Amino acid sequence: MAQAIPAGQKWWSGGKSPFNVEYGKLMMWYFLMSDAFTFGAFLISYGTIRFSSNSWPDPNEVFRAFPLMGSLHLPLVFVSLMTFILIMSSVTMVLAVAAGHAGDQKKVTFYMILTIIGGLMFLGCQAWEWTHLHEEGAWWGRNPFLNINGSKASTNFTNFFFTITGFHGFHVFSGVVINIIMLIKNLRGDFARRGHYLMIEKAGLYWHFVDLVWVFVFTCFYLL
Amino acid sequence: MSNVDTTTSHGHDNAHAQFDTRPIWRTFWILLGITMVELALATLHLKTGFPPKYVLNGVYLILTCAKAFYIIAEFMHLRHEIKNMIMTIAVPALLFVWFLIAFVSDGNSYRELRNRYDKYQLEQNDKKVAPEGGEHEAPAVKPGSPE
Repeated sequence: MAQAIPAGQKWWSGGKSPFNVEYGKLMMWYFLMSDAFTFGAFLISYGTIRFSSNSWPDPNEVFRAFPLMGSLHLPLVFVSLMTFILIMSSVTMVLAVAAGHAGDQKKVTFYMILTIIGGLMFLGCQAWEWTHLHEEGAWWGRNPFLNINGSKASTNFTNFFFTITGFHGFHVFSGVVINIIMLIKNLRGDFARRGHYLMIEKAGLYWHFVDLVWVFVFTCFYLL
Repeated sequence: MSNVDTTTSHGHDNAHAQFDTRPIWRTFWILLGITMVELALATLHLKTGFPPKYVLNGVYLILTCAKAFYIIAEFMHLRHEIKNMIMTIAVPALLFVWFLIAFVSDGNSYRELRNRYDKYQLEQNDKKVAPEGGEHEAPAVKPGSPE
């Protein structure tokens, strides 16, 4: 996306961005860095507490349900679906950014709508999962699940699960809101008039970051 | 002279060529493939218990980092930025290596010390809760009383 770079370009001689990206995009990257450290702090504290515990609930026992499947034992299936939805919506987001580069307003609209639908589907899945776990008696401060060795578990597991997936879900929610705003601005023709779709790119960066965090949440809570 | 606007005036002509959609789909298939491998390994472990859990955990972490790399490099397009930009993101992110090692080993050390000096806590951890229904029957012993 950057323009052709002349040979021997002096980036630090002043008068231009040494990072060769637009200001708002650079700031979005730095915001995402700080957000990454927030999520990193959450996940690392989760890891620390888990390492300091002799035993921990088995994720394959806790996350085994699937909508409309009753009590069938289906570990990992539902969360795989959620992961697939989020990766897919990330793809449609890049396609929207690519369409923006080509200046194709209609295509941007199309892919932004798909991305928003993907985000809403993910939120719906998470709402279902939370409701299901809540019905089983899990919540902040309440843990009905036993440790993998059959002993009584502390509430660390549910506290961390609801806090971290909740914080991530809130990010998905704000991402959907941002994407809806971008869609409206695109429909109004703001970006076409401006001549570039950098705002779509910035919203895209945020959206991919949400996907990135989910990759780590998925590993930490459902696989390890 | 030609100064501040160098980054805002995106050359529309060469931007088209750079953003072709094939690498996007290739990245999608890679991400999907890695996730499928993770799930296959997890299912294999559930059914047969074959790859030991500690081996699997290492594999999961490596695969997760691979997925993170592809999302950042391709979807967030960082790989195609100039080196200064890549470094301003990648170098601070290295702090995570230290965070992870420092905090996780601290947690592990806490567990070991506690097991050594707090035997009661260690016994509690081995006490099984009666499975299925047993939990709801009146406990034979008062909580806290010696068995």
